[in-house]
Amino acid sequence: MIYDVIIIGGGVTGCTIARTLSKYDLKICLLEKEADIASGTTKANSGVVHAGYSSPREFIKRNLCIRGNALYTQAHKELNFPFKRNGSFVVALEDSQIKDLEEERKFGIEDGIPGLELILDKKKIKEMEPNLTDDVVGVLHAPSAGIVSPYEMTIALAENAAMNGVKFFRNQKVKRINHSESVFTIKTSGGEFEGYNVINAAGLYAAKISKMVGLDYFDIMPRKGEYVLFDRNALNLNKVLFPMATKVSKGILLCPTVHGNTFAGPNAQNLPDKKDISTTLAGLKEVLEGATKLIPKLPVRSSIRNFAGLRAVPTGRYDFIIDNTDIYGFINVAGILSPGLTSCYAIAEKVVDFLELLGAVMKIKEDYNPIRPKPERFTEFTKEELDKKIKEDSKWAKIICRCETVSEREILNSIRAPVGATTVDGVKFRCRPGMGRCQGGFCRPRVIEILSREFNKPYNEVTKRGEDTEFLICKTKDFRLKQCSFEEE
Amino acid sequence: MKQYNTDVAIIGAGSAGLAAAVEVKKGGLNVLILERDRELGGITLQCIHNGFGLHEFKEELTGPEYAQRFINEVKRLDIPFKLNTMVIELTIDKTIYAVNEEEGLIEVKAKAIILAMGCRERTRGAINIPGFRPSGVYTAGQAQRFVNMEGWLPGKTFVILGSGDIGMIMARRLTWEGCKVKAVVEILPYVSGLLRNQVQCLEDYGIPLITSYTITKIHGRDRIKGVTISKVDRNFDRVIGSEKFIECDTLLLSVGLIPENELTLNAGAELSLNNGPVVDNNLETSIEGIFACGNVLQVHDLVDMVTAEAKRAGVNAVEYVKNIYGKDISRDERILCIPGENVNYVKPDFINKEDVGEDIIFTFRVKEPGRRKLIQFKDHENNVIYNRKKIHVIPSEMIELKVNLEKIKINPACGRLEIEVIDRPEVLIEED
Amino acid sequence: MAECTTDIIAEIRCIVCPTGCIVQVKKDETGELIFEGYTCKRGLEYAQQEFFEPKRILTSTIRVENGLLPLVPIRTDQPILKDKLNDALQLIATTIVKAPITMGDILIKNVVGLDANIIASRDLVEAR
Repeated sequence: MIYDVIIIGGGVTGCTIARTLSKYDLKICLLEKEADIASGTTKANSGVVHAGYSSPREFIKRNLCIRGNALYTQAHKELNFPFKRNGSFVVALEDSQIKDLEEERKFGIEDGIPGLELILDKKKIKEMEPNLTDDVVGVLHAPSAGIVSPYEMTIALAENAAMNGVKFFRNQKVKRINHSESVFTIKTSGGEFEGYNVINAAGLYAAKISKMVGLDYFDIMPRKGEYVLFDRNALNLNKVLFPMATKVSKGILLCPTVHGNTFAGPNAQNLPDKKDISTTLAGLKEVLEGATKLIPKLPVRSSIRNFAGLRAVPTGRYDFIIDNTDIYGFINVAGILSPGLTSCYAIAEKVVDFLELLGAVMKIKEDYNPIRPKPERFTEFTKEELDKKIKEDSKWAKIICRCETVSEREILNSIRAPVGATTVDGVKFRCRPGMGRCQGGFCRPRVIEILSREFNKPYNEVTKRGEDTEFLICKTKDFRLKQCSFEEE
Repeated sequence: MKQYNTDVAIIGAGSAGLAAAVEVKKGGLNVLILERDRELGGITLQCIHNGFGLHEFKEELTGPEYAQRFINEVKRLDIPFKLNTMVIELTIDKTIYAVNEEEGLIEVKAKAIILAMGCRERTRGAINIPGFRPSGVYTAGQAQRFVNMEGWLPGKTFVILGSGDIGMIMARRLTWEGCKVKAVVEILPYVSGLLRNQVQCLEDYGIPLITSYTITKIHGRDRIKGVTISKVDRNFDRVIGSEKFIECDTLLLSVGLIPENELTLNAGAELSLNNGPVVDNNLETSIEGIFACGNVLQVHDLVDMVTAEAKRAGVNAVEYVKNIYGKDISRDERILCIPGENVNYVKPDFINKEDVGEDIIFTFRVKEPGRRKLIQFKDHENNVIYNRKKIHVIPSEMIELKVNLEKIKINPACGRLEIEVIDRPEVLIEED
Repeated sequence: MAECTTDIIAEIRCIVCPTGCIVQVKKDETGELIFEGYTCKRGLEYAQQEFFEPKRILTSTIRVENGLLPLVPIRTDQPILKDKLNDALQLIATTIVKAPITMGDILIKNVVGLDANIIASRDLVEAR
């Protein structure tokens, strides 16, 4: 079968494009290198839906961000991912910084950002965000900014795309792309795929993919960002808090998450290694120091986790690379760093325009269903609803994760959904077991048991996130029984 | 929704819950135990090593044997219990909401409640170890569950962070199953757990104990490949240049236990410094009629002491229900118990003045180890009203003292008691 | 004491109390064994036992057929010789027992030819 469109990359960019295109009567597939979608940069994204005032005015990403921000309202209604439009503050700690904020406000209003305002009334600022330092002299308030769960949104996009006919293939690392006549032949670690149009949304590896068809005009440099996540009982923020931005990054933010936690981060460090997602002592220290400037009473001891991600920074420029390239049918969507998450819906619109130009027939499907129902959650039922639900299906009462109160039914749903979980992390990102205070301490054996049962494989073949990340080696007596060897590899 | 009414409801069927339940039943009241796991017994079921019961039974038992004694007693006394039942809410008016597969959502109304939920382990994220987040990183208890109950080994070559008893026990356990334990790394300058375990779990097997070191990086993107350890100075700051790499495919963390008080907090009870609920000398929390005992109140080292504490809680809950006391004690009728020099925390958090004539059980831990120490109780005017010598003090061994404040002639106006552990005045030179 | 013509043949850390005295075992000129460094009688007794016949209680698990759990925890009912531990563990590894099991049931009699038996540490019912 020759696909009309093959999307390379299952991050937020690729999945938004997949879902947007799934509206049309086209044969579409998405190829993802890792065992699950949203495994790369998307997973470590801050989850901030930016208002759009901070990108330089000459960049295409500025308008894509402003437009993308507005499209979140509709997308949220249709796809039912966790999203809150709670607003953001850029915090000035010195009077000299106010004029920069005022300029941002002016340009932002001109470019159509709703409700952007400068607040200098300290009392009002503290009412809106009581945790903020007393040293604040003024804030730029953007009510259109918000927070989203980046991986839950990406999963929602993928599920809806799959519901509407997009085929997802995971564990497919692209090795070679041949191009003859009007057909691209993509060879992956798992097979071969043919398509008339290819959309390169491969994140950190977008330059590598682009070069496979001879398009060598950009490179991607990873820029690491580290984060510290705090216990939900320790701190509750109302607004996303930004320090004054520098040339290199938006700075170390303090951000509430849609699940009630708070995180601090990211810092910014350029690196050559596309695989280095390790956190560092120096990096975490930098994050905590930066964060304490905005929230002096930061409960450092209540941190429950730290993690890091890599931004895909295009070399030489900081703007998005969204090109209908010289290779007919090959579209590059690369260098989608901040505000890429906010812009995703607008970026997808651009891709639709490109495909039209390329001659793809964009006929809307009759049975297109934009609604992806909200996944049911134990914690969101009232007692009456819970009682009824359990009577219909007793698996609602079997609680697997005690920290986040997640039932077996939710876990089974997350596995059996389209583009469902196949790994422990897959379950974690879809319905939260392992994200709480004990970080999987009690629930991991039970989640492994469920995955083992659903996929009919022994416990020691269940992985954290794909090949080589198995948890268990062998059965308890196997070394002594020589059923498992002890050779050093 | 099914509704239950009972005199005393107990959350948790581990060592604390079971012992408390037995006392309540012996006291002639109705009791119901709610347990989230698939069997009674709690954490000692996975502690298959021996060393339990020396005080309680004057025998040396394994963890499962200790639990089995109480399980048998619970069954003999026909004490009702529910398994696979997760408590999802506890309210201030002593109503419990729980779920299980057979009955769905249930409501349990009780005249008194005993909290016995135990504790959880401190995680890698909570101590912020930098590096990758590969598979192969476990807390020691998690690994113990897999090896001893689920029947799976998590790896072949291990490094263990933390020389507490559970870390050392697991070092031996894994060695006995044919694994290789490369080292036990401890941030303090001394071993954290019992000497006996250091000898019988580490020295017996040539497992190096590396003190004053901690793990500063985890290597390996998919599966852990090894750890970097660094020496720390007296302020626990990394000594640059002291890094060493140890290859391993599994890391076990034995870095502390935290009482599990999410339900307690959400019910509106006050928590104290040690993450356990604030309690008075009757083990009653700041919510009238709700008592706490075992690891949920304070992390214990000996299960025998958990049992003793749980029995007290059971007896006190019975007295409460039978209305021997039950008034709300106002602030000026209390004596606050404050941790003083070298004391980490003290239980109880306060004493009801009307109980001053009774024997009070104080439990506390020191911050620093030492020899030839003096435990002192000081009143609100800093007068020493009680003291007791102790040859050895170490943070990993909880100290228990039974004191009768009336007998030591405490000033009736005293509203504050400070407990400190100091050097004996006659020791002029610091011993090593 | 006179200059030592004695060799230290072993050093034993006593675990009877938290002091942890190091007891040295030496051979004097006549070939007699001397124990030094203990500070109480219990310490000497412990060091002597550890030197001549070190013994340990063995605790482990045995595989179970058709039990609610795949393993049952076990222990030796008395301490066994330390240098027989590995043989005992190997024998335990190759054994499979059947549920139902009651705490105290003898699962292996006279393990590796010693007086000690391997007994179950808990009840274990059959799988449903």
